[in-house]
Amino acid sequence: MSGLSTHLPILPVLLPLVAGIVLLALRGAPLVLQRAASLVATAALVPLAFALLGTAGEGTQLVYKLGDWDAPFGIVLVADRLAAWMLMATALVALFALLQALAGTDVEGRHFHVLYQLQLFGLNGAFLTGDLFNLFVFFEILLLASYGLLLHGGGRLRVKAGLHFVVINLVGSTLFLFAVGTLYGVAGTLNMADLAVKLARTVPENLALVEAAGLMLFGVFALKAALLPLHLWLPAAYAHTSAPVAALFAIMTKVGAYSILRVYSLMFGAEAGAVANLLADWLMPLALATLVAGTLGAVASTSLRQQIAYLVIASVGTLLAAFALDSAEGIAAGLYYLPHTTLGTAAFFLLAAPIAGARGTLGDRFDSGAAMPGARVLGGLFFVAAIALAGLPPLSGFLGKFMLLRAALGSPWLAWVWAIVLTTSLFAVIALARSGSLLFYRTHSTPEVLSAPRPIEWLPAAGLLLLVLGMVIWAGTLADYSAATAAQLLAPQTYIDAVLGDRP
Amino acid sequence: MEALIALIIGVLTACGVFLALRGQTFPVVLGLTFLSYAVNLFLFVMGRLAVGVPPVISDATAYTDPLPQALVLTAIVISFGMTAFVIVLALKARAEFGNDHVDGTHSGEDTAR
Repeated sequence: MSGLSTHLPILPVLLPLVAGIVLLALRGAPLVLQRAASLVATAALVPLAFALLGTAGEGTQLVYKLGDWDAPFGIVLVADRLAAWMLMATALVALFALLQALAGTDVEGRHFHVLYQLQLFGLNGAFLTGDLFNLFVFFEILLLASYGLLLHGGGRLRVKAGLHFVVINLVGSTLFLFAVGTLYGVAGTLNMADLAVKLARTVPENLALVEAAGLMLFGVFALKAALLPLHLWLPAAYAHTSAPVAALFAIMTKVGAYSILRVYSLMFGAEAGAVANLLADWLMPLALATLVAGTLGAVASTSLRQQIAYLVIASVGTLLAAFALDSAEGIAAGLYYLPHTTLGTAAFFLLAAPIAGARGTLGDRFDSGAAMPGARVLGGLFFVAAIALAGLPPLSGFLGKFMLLRAALGSPWLAWVWAIVLTTSLFAVIALARSGSLLFYRTHSTPEVLSAPRPIEWLPAAGLLLLVLGMVIWAGTLADYSAATAAQLLAPQTYIDAVLGDRP
Repeated sequence: MEALIALIIGVLTACGVFLALRGQTFPVVLGLTFLSYAVNLFLFVMGRLAVGVPPVISDATAYTDPLPQALVLTAIVISFGMTAFVIVLALKARAEFGNDHVDGTHSGEDTAR
C-alpha cells in the first residue's frame, strides 16, 4: 500500500492517459466494451481524488518527482489541498457527464471516449503540475481534446463556434508561451516554487519585464476563465456543443480560475517582494464586470443552453470576485462556491438536453410550445437547478454567496461587491423564473407526438443535483476544508519548502 | 545579433497579429503560423544567444542553456499539431459554409479582393 500511496499524485494523470490509449486500441471492439472501459476509468478517478483529498486534508503537500529528479531541475507534480479539491470536482462532473453521454451522444461521432479520457488527462495534469511549462503542455492537451469534443457530432453551428474557439485559444497559447519565455529569460527557471523564490528577488531593472510577463499570463488565464472582455467565445461554444461535453466544459473555465489563484497566490502574492499583489488593481473590477455581463446575457438569452452558458460566465465573475478579495475568508468563500457552481452548471447542461429532446423541433429555444412529456420530473429538476444557480436558500449557491458577502465586509470593495452580487442574483432569479415558466407553464396543446425522456437522460443531472444538496448537508466540513485551503494558499512558503526541500 | 533577432521576432509577430485579425480563414491560419514561429524563436533566444558552444554540460568551460531548446522542441511539436488541426477545421468550415469567412457569412465586400 505504501508503494501505491507514494505514487498517488501521478495516478490521476496516468489513469486517463492509459485509458485513452486503451480505448484507441479498442476502437474496433463492441460498443459495450468501449463504454465499460471508459466508465470504469472515469469512475476510478473518484476514489483516487478521495484518497488525495484525504492525504491533502491532513495538510501534507505530496510532491511527486518524476524520474526522481529533484526540483527545480526535474518535473514535479504537487498534490496540495487546492489540487485535490479541483480533482474531486473534475472527477464528479466527468463521471455524471459520461453517464449521460452513454445515452447516445457517444455514438454521434468517432472517438468520443478517447477524447473524453484525454480531456481528463489534460485537466488532471493541469491541476497537479508544479511547473509553468507543463501547465502550458497540459493546457494544450486539454484544449486539443476539447476541440475534438466540441466538434463531436458535427453540424454547421458547431463548426463555426469551434473555429472561433480554436483560433482564440491558439492565440492564447502563443501568449502563454511568450509569458513563459519571458519569465524563463528573467528567472532562469520554470518550476513554480522556484519562480516564487526568484521573482521575489527581482532586481529593479527586470521589474517591468516580470510584471509584463505576469500580466500576459493573467491574460491567458482570463481567456480560459472567460473573464470580461475575453468571454465572447464562450456562449456560442458551450451552447452549440453536445450536453455531456458542455457539462464537462463547466470545469474548463475553472481551470483558468484555478491557474489565476495558483499563480497569483504563489508567485505574485503578498510575500512576493517587488512583484507582490500584481493583480490587486485588475482582478476585482474585471470580475464584477464579468458578473454583470454574464447576468445580463442570461437575461437576454433566447435559448436555455445559451442562458446556462451566460450563467457560467456569471459564476466565473462571482468566483474571481471572491478570490480578488485576497483575504483568507474571500478565497475560502470562492473555494466553496467553485465546486457548487461547477456541479450546478454541469447539472443544468445535462438537464437541458432532455428538455430540448422533449420539446421536439422547438429544442431549447424560449418559444412556447406543446406541453412536454415528462414535464414533472424535468420541471422539478429545473426548479432545483435554478434555485442552486441563482443562489437562493437553502442550496449551496446561497451559502457560497453568503460566505462571499461576509468575506467582503472588511474590504474596501464592500459596497461594490454587495451591490453587484445581490443585484445580479436578483436578475438571475428573474431570468431563470422567466425561462422556467416559459418552458413549463406557457404551453398550448398542439398534439406533437413526442416520447418522454428516458430516465438515463435525466438521472445524471439528478445525481449532480443530489451532490449539490450534499454540499449543503456537509457544508461545515467543506467550509472547513476550503478555509484550510485558503490558509495554505496564503502561506506560499510551505508550498515552496515542500517542493524545493531545504534548498536555498 | 540581438537586434537582428529581436527585429525578426517583432516582424513575425506583427505579421502574425495582422493576419490573425483578418476575416478569412486562410490568412488567419497563416497568421497563427507566423505567431508560432515568432514564439518559437523567442523561446529559443530566452536561453541567451551564444555561438559555437555545446548545449550539453561537458568538460568544455562554456555551454549554452539546453532547457530552452527542450522547451522549443515541445512547443514546435504542439504548434505543428495545432496548425494541422486548425487547417482541417478551416477546410471543414469551408465545406460547411461554402465560403472561407470566419463567421461563415458571405458578403461581396469581403471577397472582392
